[in-house]
Amino acid sequence: MKVLRGIGLRVSVLAAVLITWQLITVLVDDPVNWPTFADVIGRFWTRWLTNPDAWASSLAPSLARLLAGWAGAVLVGVATGTAIGLSARARDVLGPIVHFLRAIPPPALLPLFIVLLGIGDGMKAVMIAFGAVWPILLNTADGVASVEPLHRDTGRAFRLPFRDELWRVILPAAAPRIFAGLRISLSIAVILMVISEMVATVNGVGFELVQAQRGFRSLDVWATIVLLGMLGYALNAVLALIEAGALRWHRGATRTAE
Amino acid sequence: MIRLLRGVTGAAILFILLELATRADLVNATYLPPASTILAATGQIATDPAFLGNVGGTLLAWGLGLLSAAAVGIPLGLLLGSSRRSYLASTTAIELLRPIPSVALIPLLILLLGRGLDMRVLLVAYAALWPILFNTIYAIREVDALARETARAYGLSRLAILRRISLPAAAPFIYTGVRISAGIALILAISAELIAGGGPGIGTWMISNSETGVPRELLYAGIVVTGLLGLAINGLLSAGERRLFRWHHRVRAAQ
Repeated sequence: MKVLRGIGLRVSVLAAVLITWQLITVLVDDPVNWPTFADVIGRFWTRWLTNPDAWASSLAPSLARLLAGWAGAVLVGVATGTAIGLSARARDVLGPIVHFLRAIPPPALLPLFIVLLGIGDGMKAVMIAFGAVWPILLNTADGVASVEPLHRDTGRAFRLPFRDELWRVILPAAAPRIFAGLRISLSIAVILMVISEMVATVNGVGFELVQAQRGFRSLDVWATIVLLGMLGYALNAVLALIEAGALRWHRGATRTAE
Repeated sequence: MIRLLRGVTGAAILFILLELATRADLVNATYLPPASTILAATGQIATDPAFLGNVGGTLLAWGLGLLSAAAVGIPLGLLLGSSRRSYLASTTAIELLRPIPSVALIPLLILLLGRGLDMRVLLVAYAALWPILFNTIYAIREVDALARETARAYGLSRLAILRRISLPAAAPFIYTGVRISAGIALILAISAELIAGGGPGIGTWMISNSETGVPRELLYAGIVVTGLLGLAINGLLSAGERRLFRWHHRVRAAQ
């Protein structure tokens, strides 16, 4: 009973919003501009969830671009961030450049990237990688720079080769910060995937969204927004699972230390 | 001092490398113009009233959107942060709304509101809401319970406790949320212009220039200006943070 009440409380605002939406749109009775909630979910169901063709023709290319760009950002961000984090001199020399590049709103690069790289998948992956790399790079640099000196000194006292020190001391110690960066960068990557597909493509979820808007198919616009919300939610959940697995030792270690 | 010197050295080396790469024909100059050409073009557009009008258009949507986000996010955060019941009641709604990538709302807002300023402001406000809201919720929760209980023991009303204890203690974190949102707001202001066009804005300027094939250095210069704008916004807000909350940093340092 108590559990049920807890769940009831948790969904109460959501339920109130959805019921209000449904009531108002039924009363307004303008299905073209103001579709009801039930219609939106119905369209999401037929247009996306139970439509394997749409998965293959739109969702798959979008996910491929997203993962390619994000993987590039992770590789470059962790590698460069570690190098910068290890050397105070590198931090000072590269700091202003990194801060300037990070301050550029990534969508502002889109027109230039289109001119330079065309409108292919490569351009989109580069665009996603460029926007998503900064939180990873800065968090990695920060995490690596703030590893307990005692831990590194202990490693050195045991004459641990640098490669082992890096993989067994430095990177694990920086891992919580790195994961925080990964989480921020993943949501940036989704945003950049959508916007790059809106401006220039022939397929993908962002493209479908813009097509629906140009055809004044507002029900499809709503259904695609629901899809993108679910996609964002699922990607976050997967990353949270990976993080929980990778950092299990960390929670154990901090608990013993307390 | 030495840090500043190293930073300037790094920027200078990058500048010279980019300049040499194009001058020595390592990179095609139509793709990447020499750094000095880009710098000159930046100076040219930064003093061009027509371009500054576009910067003004972007900043207007940015500012109005950020203000609206703060006007909604801070009171809502205060409510959700101080009442466990209201926080629990809205968790599912927030968890389902937050993962929606904000740019995905642009087509919907175009259909509902057209391509005017109100559409841009609403989009910016939606995206900027989240950091402000979450920072306010967490800040209010972290307020020292002892200080609050003491105030209650002295007979202060709930409102007086909020105004004299909770808000001042939470203010630095709320401000940090606003600073994070300011960067996100700039991203969304430019995104809306790129997708929807209509009305002056840096994004509108860029997309129309890239389609008409203007000299490349102008596109690069536009990006440099946007980057400087982002740096300036963050710099100003950080300076304000240090000024407004000097007492806070002193208290924290003392602990």
